[in-house]
Amino acid sequence: MIVLLGVALVVLGFALRINPLLVVTVAGIVSALLGGLSPLHILEAFGSGFAASRSITLAFLVLPVIGLLERYGLQQRAKALVSQAAGLTAGRLLLVYLFFRQLFAAFGLTSIGGTPQMVRPVIYPMAEGAALRTYGNVTERMTEAIKANAAAADTVGVFFGEDCFVAIGSVLLIAAYVDASYHLKLDALQIAIWAIPTAIAAFLIHGFRLLRLDGRLAGMTDDRP
Amino acid sequence: MIGPDWIYWLCGGFFIIVGVLIAFDRTHPRRWPTAAFWCLFGAALCAGNLVPSWLLGVAVIATALLGGFGLTGRGTVRTTSDAEREASAGRLRNWLFVPALTIPAVTVIVALGGARISIGGHALLMAGSQTLVGLGVATIVALIVGCVVLRPKNPAVAFTEGRRLLEAIGWAALLPQMLATLGLLFTQAGVGTQVGAIVQHIVPEHSRVFAVIVYALGMALFTIIMGNAFAAFPIMTAAVGWPILVQQMGANPAPMFAIGMLAGFCGTLCTPMAANFNLVPPALLEMRDKYGQIKTQIPTAIALFAVNVGLMLIVPFR
Repeated sequence: MIVLLGVALVVLGFALRINPLLVVTVAGIVSALLGGLSPLHILEAFGSGFAASRSITLAFLVLPVIGLLERYGLQQRAKALVSQAAGLTAGRLLLVYLFFRQLFAAFGLTSIGGTPQMVRPVIYPMAEGAALRTYGNVTERMTEAIKANAAAADTVGVFFGEDCFVAIGSVLLIAAYVDASYHLKLDALQIAIWAIPTAIAAFLIHGFRLLRLDGRLAGMTDDRP
Repeated sequence: MIGPDWIYWLCGGFFIIVGVLIAFDRTHPRRWPTAAFWCLFGAALCAGNLVPSWLLGVAVIATALLGGFGLTGRGTVRTTSDAEREASAGRLRNWLFVPALTIPAVTVIVALGGARISIGGHALLMAGSQTLVGLGVATIVALIVGCVVLRPKNPAVAFTEGRRLLEAIGWAALLPQMLATLGLLFTQAGVGTQVGAIVQHIVPEHSRVFAVIVYALGMALFTIIMGNAFAAFPIMTAAVGWPILVQQMGANPAPMFAIGMLAGFCGTLCTPMAANFNLVPPALLEMRDKYGQIKTQIPTAIALFAVNVGLMLIVPFR
């Protein structure tokens, strides 16, 4: 029972808005101590956990390329390109991005897209360019809303697309787990197929909210700059 | 056989270069701790399994504490002005997209094509690392294409521009890996088995609706705490999904588990513990509200969770 204190520490730390890096490190050490791990074992767990999770950090490998392109005006070009397309609003543009992000992820192509390589350099500036063309000005509150929605469209798209692909982590995990624990052989395709109804619902729900974004942005145009 | 190690060296090398650039920056507000943060982080990425794991653990904890106690800061990096960027965008036009699109294109080509190549009966790319190798190759190709298209006076400017973006993310860059490690520590300390035992106590024997809601809600809540539906799935499935829903009530396991996992994904949309999805993007987009993306996602998560519960009540019991 007492090991759950570590979980409580995490919840409390986030609630009190203490630096998450500190919360996570301390909570990890505390739960490990409560679970009876030796100090050496804890150090080893931090080391092996870090070594095993390095692939997450590789997302930042593209930053020099993206930074270089930004230096030469990639964001500005993305904005200019959109400002020529009549009828394209921020919400509609993000809806199109959501669709393609989900579709590509459903075919296992999750590396097309993502915040470092697509949202920051291209999608967010395009959405802001569309808002600028529609409303004539973009206030700070609008910028925040556009950024939040661009990032959210990316995440929702990849989450509820990738599960329709048979060789993605979560599908393989389900198949491997039920096989190892209960000797139940589930075909990966059977599992992936049942992700499709939720994928469609995710597109409809989030897509509807993206279309309503335009109305919300219109209400923010009168803010003081 | 080509494995992913060299890509970690590439990424670690980039972080170390950023650390060195900061060390030489006299105007940086937190010069030495920030330089130490990126150099240590980079060294740890390079070291990986090459050093004893306790030593790597010491380096990782030291890096985390540098960021955790707020000792790191963000410097100002000299870059082009908005006017210069507008002018350059007008001149280069759509050529600017070519290096950007090179990254996904080459990644996919290497990941899909490279998997088929074998030399003397051995696969060229190590199984499971094709996409990572693809990303590494794609980054190098895109950097070369970028230098050809943009013709920067000094190609090393890519590193200062990379530093600008990496410093925008700051210590949050380490958070996803620390959360993955926390998940590992939770498992080793037995947090999962405890939660499973508690959940098993509260499910009544014969209520299908209640059992489905407990399974789905448990997936979502446990995912919110752990930041990852993968960690929640074995616990909730062992406690409720398998013994009660499948064995006792005769649910079809494939749709039950598939949609149960997606109920967990709804939790992922709501939690700062899924830092690489929910906290790193706002940092990289330089948002003022670092929880702004989560706030945007919560309504979608709630509606989609309800849809998932509805599907779980109907589909597996047909």
